[in-house]
Amino acid sequence: MSDTGTSEKIPFMQRVLDNPFLLLFLGVTVPATLYLVWGLVELTQIPVAE
Amino acid sequence: MAVRPPESRVWWNEPVATGELVWIGIAFLWGLFMFFMMIYWHLEGKQNLSAEVYRVKPDRYVKKVEAFVEQYRIGDEGDTGYPLVAPPPGSDVYLLARLWEFWPVLQLEKGQSYRLHLSSADWQHGFSLQPVNLNIQVHPGLEHIVTITPTESGVFSVVCNEFCGAGHHQMTGRIRVVEPGQGR
Amino acid sequence: MATAAGEIGVIGGIAAKFRTCPVTALKIDLAAERLIKANAVAAVVFLAIGGVLGLLVALTRWPAVHLLDSDTFYMVLTAHGLNVLLFWIIFFEMAILYFASAVLLNCRLAAPQFAWIAFVLMVAGALLTDFTVLQGDSSVMFTSYVPLRASPNFYLGLILFAVGALIGCMVFFGTLVVAREERTYEGSVPLVTFGAIAAAVIAVFTIASGAIILIPTWLWSLGYIGHIDTLMYKLVWWGMGHSSQQINVSAHVAVWYAIAAILLGAKPLSEKVSRTAFLFYILFLQLASAHHLLVEPGLSSEWKVFNTSYALYLAVLGSLIHGMTVPGAIEAAQRRNGYVHGMFEWLRRAPWGNPAFSGMFLSLVMFGFIGGISGVVLGTEQLNIMMHNTLYVPGHFHGTVVAGTTLAFMALTYLVLPLIFRREVMWPGLAKWQPWLFGIGAGGISLFMLGAGTLGVARRHWDITFADAILSFDYPATAFLMLGLNGIFAILATVGGALYVAITVASVLFGRPVHERNALHALGPLPQRVVESGSSAQVGRHGSEGFGHLPGTYTLVAVFFVAFALYYFVNWKYLSELWPLS
Repeated sequence: MSDTGTSEKIPFMQRVLDNPFLLLFLGVTVPATLYLVWGLVELTQIPVAE
Repeated sequence: MAVRPPESRVWWNEPVATGELVWIGIAFLWGLFMFFMMIYWHLEGKQNLSAEVYRVKPDRYVKKVEAFVEQYRIGDEGDTGYPLVAPPPGSDVYLLARLWEFWPVLQLEKGQSYRLHLSSADWQHGFSLQPVNLNIQVHPGLEHIVTITPTESGVFSVVCNEFCGAGHHQMTGRIRVVEPGQGR
Repeated sequence: MATAAGEIGVIGGIAAKFRTCPVTALKIDLAAERLIKANAVAAVVFLAIGGVLGLLVALTRWPAVHLLDSDTFYMVLTAHGLNVLLFWIIFFEMAILYFASAVLLNCRLAAPQFAWIAFVLMVAGALLTDFTVLQGDSSVMFTSYVPLRASPNFYLGLILFAVGALIGCMVFFGTLVVAREERTYEGSVPLVTFGAIAAAVIAVFTIASGAIILIPTWLWSLGYIGHIDTLMYKLVWWGMGHSSQQINVSAHVAVWYAIAAILLGAKPLSEKVSRTAFLFYILFLQLASAHHLLVEPGLSSEWKVFNTSYALYLAVLGSLIHGMTVPGAIEAAQRRNGYVHGMFEWLRRAPWGNPAFSGMFLSLVMFGFIGGISGVVLGTEQLNIMMHNTLYVPGHFHGTVVAGTTLAFMALTYLVLPLIFRREVMWPGLAKWQPWLFGIGAGGISLFMLGAGTLGVARRHWDITFADAILSFDYPATAFLMLGLNGIFAILATVGGALYVAITVASVLFGRPVHERNALHALGPLPQRVVESGSSAQVGRHGSEGFGHLPGTYTLVAVFFVAFALYYFVNWKYLSELWPLS
């Protein structure tokens, strides 16, 4: 994107950090899976008292 | 400057100062330690919250508590109108949270373990045992069974510490702990 | 007022009205500037409302004063939480998002008309919820746990507010796209903008969780839905309730970096390290919503341990990194400025007379020592048994949100006034003391509530003497002392807060306009360079270049770490003495 400096290849992690929409995707799906979905699944598995 | 784009086009490969790396290493290890500390306490510690939980209709739970009170009632708690209930050591003990009381008053023996059932007849409440300072959330519709072992005798109070409406600050309960073999 | 009149010019590809900032030479889109002003003004209004309500809460908790009756207390406490935990901070964060995108990227704001719709929705929603609460039949606390039921408009107002905030986030992301397409900056976005991206990502998760739970709850309050599971409500609600405070953490860390950069010329020690720390926030900070569910029946210990630890404490690692790199960047910049003597000359000779700096540094210290340490302890699965729903909880989050976030935002205001409102700060002598008054007040509120919570005092409780209870109980006398001291420090914080509102409002209305000539002066005291100007050529491309050895910062983090570890172990010791529980 920038045309200054050398043509050194931009490292993978820098490209990840430069991509706000990838970050948005990760920042929503990671907690949605680990916190919300995992938690909700556990709630559905509570046994019923006799 | 942090308010300007990085000056290097490829900043990812810039060296990181040794002091910074050392701190990151210490902080990472400390985090791992704290994580495994919780797991260690599950294996070796004596204070872990039980995961035994059942779904129960609130009115069904109320009936269970009433039956429990009928079975083990030994009298009244002074002139408060609360039944005083002394279940045998090791037994199932029921406590009902409802607007705005914990019912009934329990009498337990020091050093004995009890399976304490907690649930609510109406709204969410907080079981806060004082001055021990042991706090468990209480839900309507969920019967939570925790094994509890009093280690000191005396009169302990249960305070509701989940906001439950206009009379929240009047909502208390009582647990009496007596020396083993006394008071029944 | 040469710079005040907008010039028509091209920012990127599309014509927009902009002015050129005399300090930074950035082009400032006038539409963005108006939106920043509007959101900042709304933020301060809700801070003023929420602050007064907070004082009433503290004066009621103070046993010797016990100001309000119980119904009013619960109503005021509900409104206090909403106004400061949601309205004040999110309005301010909208201003930060527009600033970090349009202004810092030298770009026009994408779709300013949508940003105005967002603003109107947020104002309407906040007012609707406030008026509903003040009618007295919606005293359900900030958390509104079902089956406590508020009036439908309580939930509707929050939903409108959330939709507005979501639109604001979209405008922010849109502006990032515009800036990249129109090449208004070279390379990667500035670190402060990156921190704002972290805040906006967390905001989207926050608002989505809020929508998932508040919309059904609204329908339930209207009678269209029969039952809402109490635990499901709580699980999803905290995805909003706790994550909304994680927006703050990202935002105020970005603010720390911004203030250090603007006042001291501080550069991040390493872009890689600081951005990776923000990445940990983006991925894991929201998991800490589990902090509120640690003594809940129905969730496994596996779920609790993993989520409460933010995935092996990686988000805490992020904070510990920022806690070193922010003072480290300041130390490196000050050493570059010539303050090289001893371990702490850089800190002693920092511009403490500038409220932006003193506020920022106090915020950093108190967020770490009070809010941060107490948060990790509170969020340890088993330790939470001794703290859940006691005053320890508000003690913790007054250390993060008040002493941390609010103070950082106040500090930033002293730069927003000259740079965006283009007004000099009125009464600089008073402004100098404002962060100290507010900071020490907030720190005291936090510490004394932590103390009362350690003694077991319940939060959200009108009468700790239990005068009306049939089964009587007394908390230890020390708890009463703690709540008295809490009241005194609340008064101190209120004086500091009132001063902030007064200075801000007076400066906006009557402050001397800022021109090119007085622009630098208007930023307040700046550090004097004690080296010749020629040596600025030594400035490296990244912050640690040539200044990798930072003994002062190492000492500060060592002190912090020792305090953290000691307090952590002391609490395990207390826990081991508790009645056995399994």
